[in-house]
Amino acid sequence: MTALPNALALQRSARWERLGMVSLIAPALLVIGLTMLIPVGWLFYLSALSDAGNFSLEHYQRMWEQPSYGRTFATTFKVSLITTFICILLSYPLAYFLSELPKRVATLCMVAVLLPLWTSLLVRTYAWLVLLQRKGLINNWGIELGLWDEPLALVHNLTGTLVGMVHVMLPFLVLPLYSAMRAIDRDYLRAAANLGAGPLRRFWLVFFPLALPGLITGTLIVFILCLGFYVTPAVLGGGKVIMVAGRIANDIELFFNWGAASALGVVLLLLTMLLIFGAMRLARIGSALVNRSQS
Amino acid sequence: MSWLERPATETQITHRARLWLYATAVLVMVFLVIPTLLVIPMSFSASQYLEFPPSKWSLRWYESYFNSKSWMDATATSLQAGLWTALFATPVATMAAYGLHVARLKHSHMLLMLLLTPMVVPNILIGIGVFYVYVQLKLVNSMLGLVLAHSMLAIPVVMLVVGSALKTFDLDQELVARSLGASRIKAFWMVTLPQIKFSVITGAVLAFLTSFDEIIVALFVSGGPNSTLTRNMFNALRDQVDPTIAAVSTLIVLITTLLLVITQYVGRNK
Repeated sequence: MTALPNALALQRSARWERLGMVSLIAPALLVIGLTMLIPVGWLFYLSALSDAGNFSLEHYQRMWEQPSYGRTFATTFKVSLITTFICILLSYPLAYFLSELPKRVATLCMVAVLLPLWTSLLVRTYAWLVLLQRKGLINNWGIELGLWDEPLALVHNLTGTLVGMVHVMLPFLVLPLYSAMRAIDRDYLRAAANLGAGPLRRFWLVFFPLALPGLITGTLIVFILCLGFYVTPAVLGGGKVIMVAGRIANDIELFFNWGAASALGVVLLLLTMLLIFGAMRLARIGSALVNRSQS
Repeated sequence: MSWLERPATETQITHRARLWLYATAVLVMVFLVIPTLLVIPMSFSASQYLEFPPSKWSLRWYESYFNSKSWMDATATSLQAGLWTALFATPVATMAAYGLHVARLKHSHMLLMLLLTPMVVPNILIGIGVFYVYVQLKLVNSMLGLVLAHSMLAIPVVMLVVGSALKTFDLDQELVARSLGASRIKAFWMVTLPQIKFSVITGAVLAFLTSFDEIIVALFVSGGPNSTLTRNMFNALRDQVDPTIAAVSTLIVLITTLLLVITQYVGRNK
């Protein structure tokens, strides 16, 4: 049975419509293809090319065998884990405090959380450099107050890197935690109190599980972002804290070793993707669990 | 005294029992704002070394900034790159968001993911990859190359902002306009665009800031006379710290805040 002429015309017009819409998307695809997909694809290719120019996995093999690479990855994970941990410790009380405030006051206090986000990263890094240096404010105050006698080495090392990274990452944890805690119906806590649960039990059995999805999301975002950090360790670490991104930059700038840099980049990218994928799965499982426990 | 004993919650926790919470929260907030707030008075200090509060005030760091050719060139480059990025990425991303929203393709979800990849790929990887490709294309240190790379980073941001505005917009209005004889483009221009205008402007501001603030890609693909402000600052921070950076920082904070406040204001008066 042949379609009616009208139906044919409709089909044709629908096809044109789709084509038109695709052509609207094309420029964006072109830009992203040229400056993102091709370059990153090229790095994948370079990473699988030996110095002699034929296919091999020698860059990956070297990464596995040379202990210096192992140290870079160990530093990266160590710094990311400590940063994430400190962020959790600092942001949980702050988010809790903000979620208990009246909404208008909380919005005002939120400016403190958002201010770092709209201050350029370099501006903040500079400020920490000045605050933490040997004759900086922190050392001056610490000595004046008699907390320590000699100026402490607070910057150009791991401490400086951690301070800078925690400062950058805190808002990313406070925001999801705050919105999760805000959404908790305080009637649950009142009910628990009514049934005789003390403060600790109320927190642990009622509040904490209900805020957990926000905590998990925030923690994963912070950890994933930490893995790719370059600027803060480069400036505040003073060459002593080499994370994967810093090592990639060094391989290019100092040694022109594209193979090694690409292989490291590929591993970093795959690791990031794996974690994001895992985080999405986890978030889905988490929200399913919460939904079931509430229904 | 009495305030301390008063219950803070309906579950009879007193304020006294919560003092630790208030103290921690306030300290963390101070930690968050102090770097931004410190840079401003520092830039007006007369001393070469940092003292707080400064014992003498002066504008010498602003003078040294405005008299330095390299800082001036870098500022011009960053402002230009930001403007071009906003002008280029905003229409491209708006078109893409509109196309994806209207077309309802079988694979539009995949396409969206593809267009958002710049947000998840570590910037260092983009930086060296773009550098490698630009060497072949002879685009290193060119304004065109910088704007293209920054647009790639800005497109996902604009797409998300405009896309979420389109979700709340009723597309049937455009159909009505077309049934009354307006062409497709005219219908978009006169019916849809005015209603998503605020999001498009916000997207453009964010595109500007994405470029203006970007460090890592600029580190690899900008240079020479087209060095960006961030690249200059990064190198200055690694070599020797000079209070001129405080003046530069203050100006950056000013520009960013001004832009964000204007956007908020436009949004409120909509």
